[in-house]
Amino acid sequence: MEAVSLMAPELLLAAQTLIVVVMSLFVKGEKQADVMRWIAIAVLVAFALIGFVLGRPQGTAFNGLLKVDDFGHYAKLIIGLTAALALVFTKSYFKAEKLDRFEFSVLMIYAVLGMSIMVSANNLLALYIGLELQALALYIMAAFNRDSLRSSEAGLKYFVLGALSSGLLLYGTSMIYGFTGHLDFAGIASVIETGGVNGGLVAGMVFMMCGLAFKISAAPFHMWTPDVYEGSPTPITGFFASAPKFAAMALIARLLFGPLEGMFDQWQQIVAALALVSMYVGAIGALSQRNIKRLMAYSSIANMGYALVPLAAGTVFGLKGMLIFMTIYVISSIGIFAAILQMRIRNGMVEQISDLSGLSQTNRPMALVLTVFFFSLMGIPPLLGFFGKLFAFWPAVEAGLWWLVVAALVASVIGAFYYLRVIKTMWFDEPAQDFVESPRSLRWITTGSALTLLLLFALPFISIPAQSLLDSAAAALF
Amino acid sequence: MVIGLSHYLIVAAMLFIIGVFGIFVNRKNVIVILMCIELILLAVNINFVAFSTHMPAAPGVNPIDGQIFSLFILTVAAAEAAVGLAILVVYFRNRGNIQVEDADLMKG
Repeated sequence: MEAVSLMAPELLLAAQTLIVVVMSLFVKGEKQADVMRWIAIAVLVAFALIGFVLGRPQGTAFNGLLKVDDFGHYAKLIIGLTAALALVFTKSYFKAEKLDRFEFSVLMIYAVLGMSIMVSANNLLALYIGLELQALALYIMAAFNRDSLRSSEAGLKYFVLGALSSGLLLYGTSMIYGFTGHLDFAGIASVIETGGVNGGLVAGMVFMMCGLAFKISAAPFHMWTPDVYEGSPTPITGFFASAPKFAAMALIARLLFGPLEGMFDQWQQIVAALALVSMYVGAIGALSQRNIKRLMAYSSIANMGYALVPLAAGTVFGLKGMLIFMTIYVISSIGIFAAILQMRIRNGMVEQISDLSGLSQTNRPMALVLTVFFFSLMGIPPLLGFFGKLFAFWPAVEAGLWWLVVAALVASVIGAFYYLRVIKTMWFDEPAQDFVESPRSLRWITTGSALTLLLLFALPFISIPAQSLLDSAAAALF
Repeated sequence: MVIGLSHYLIVAAMLFIIGVFGIFVNRKNVIVILMCIELILLAVNINFVAFSTHMPAAPGVNPIDGQIFSLFILTVAAAEAAVGLAILVVYFRNRGNIQVEDADLMKG
């Protein structure tokens, strides 16, 4: 019985996928996709909150395969809410593109189930199964617009490179298993602690990090990101940029601070190198982009670089900094994609940056919220994005990684250029075209997330419970 | 000559390298890429089973773990092949061929 209460979020999702599939036989016609979407949204919100409703149970389930702790509860909260928002903003797009099929809700629940297993994995087998469950659902989502060449090409590229990354991760897993004899995280940690580090373990760790770097699209494993972001249907791109990134980042933290903690000296170099390369590839690659989805792809590569900076510090404070940064990043990317989805003219979606020109004259509220998002991503002080970067870079300074922080600041300055270019296009260029009236749900999401980034005056009220939540989440891994 | 653990590991490493190179060097056909992915997973399976059968006895170590893992990999590989081929069929319907070098609609 205890395992049931511990695994309540996962069991809820697993049961719901089956229920939705069976229900689709009885609910037919126009309403089918809508009904399934609302059920899925309700279930994802319930999934996000259930751990907190049950009083944050702690412990391990299924013979130690899965570990339930505050870190997992926090990650599930963010992932569940983000996925629910992503489902909300698929509605209008799918209706307009005639893609409204109920299977999308099922895929979304499967992907979130995989992420949920990832963030609570306590065993290499659970890690692999969770990662694959999530990845297989995401491949199909990328190719969801099956009559579009671009969408199917995006799905194909995502599949090939994703499968390669799983192969790299598995090879590393097999090395770590071979040199420690354990699959469970506690056993691996104790063998590394008593037996020391050897070449086989380092090789295994490097392969696993390569595989996981693919999943968070950290350079030099980022090649798939711009193509997949551009080709996939826009609301799905918005989902790719948020929840899966958070889940993979949480998984990396769990792996590095759990079983591989004894190899800190080795993985610190790798994490720092990934962070450094990602920041610059993201910042420089974005400079020449004309398409706003490709721009966001490079922006997410750069942001993953910043998120890896605090992990390289290897402290509780660093882990907390990573969680804060990722949370703020997820809020702003959901908001930006909800805004991109509003870029609709009479004969379809547009996605070039030049289509935004003169937005301040044609649609001032949207220009204002987009400006808030881009200033926040730049890290301009009154906005929440500044605090994200502050908490991300501070632990690295404390750990003595001065060079990495200086490099990150230089990359932020380069990055500011392309964000500012979008802002300049919106405010100072001649108006190009009017967007048609956008659905209310999208405007709610953009305004809501922009206000979250802006609401500095509410910070004292929300920051105290949020701080204690983040503190206990970060402390759970130590 | 006695066949030991290192021989198995070398075979697995060779298969793994062939698989990875196959993905990057191959410019012809996407089906070949799917075969290379299978090759990588096969190499990992050999690794797991070889480690599992040569695992020295130690407290808390259950040598069968690796073989169970390889069964899971086989299952997931089947699911992955199904999803991959389905995406490939969708792509073929839109594009008309499955040449790797023709998958270049998006660049930059």
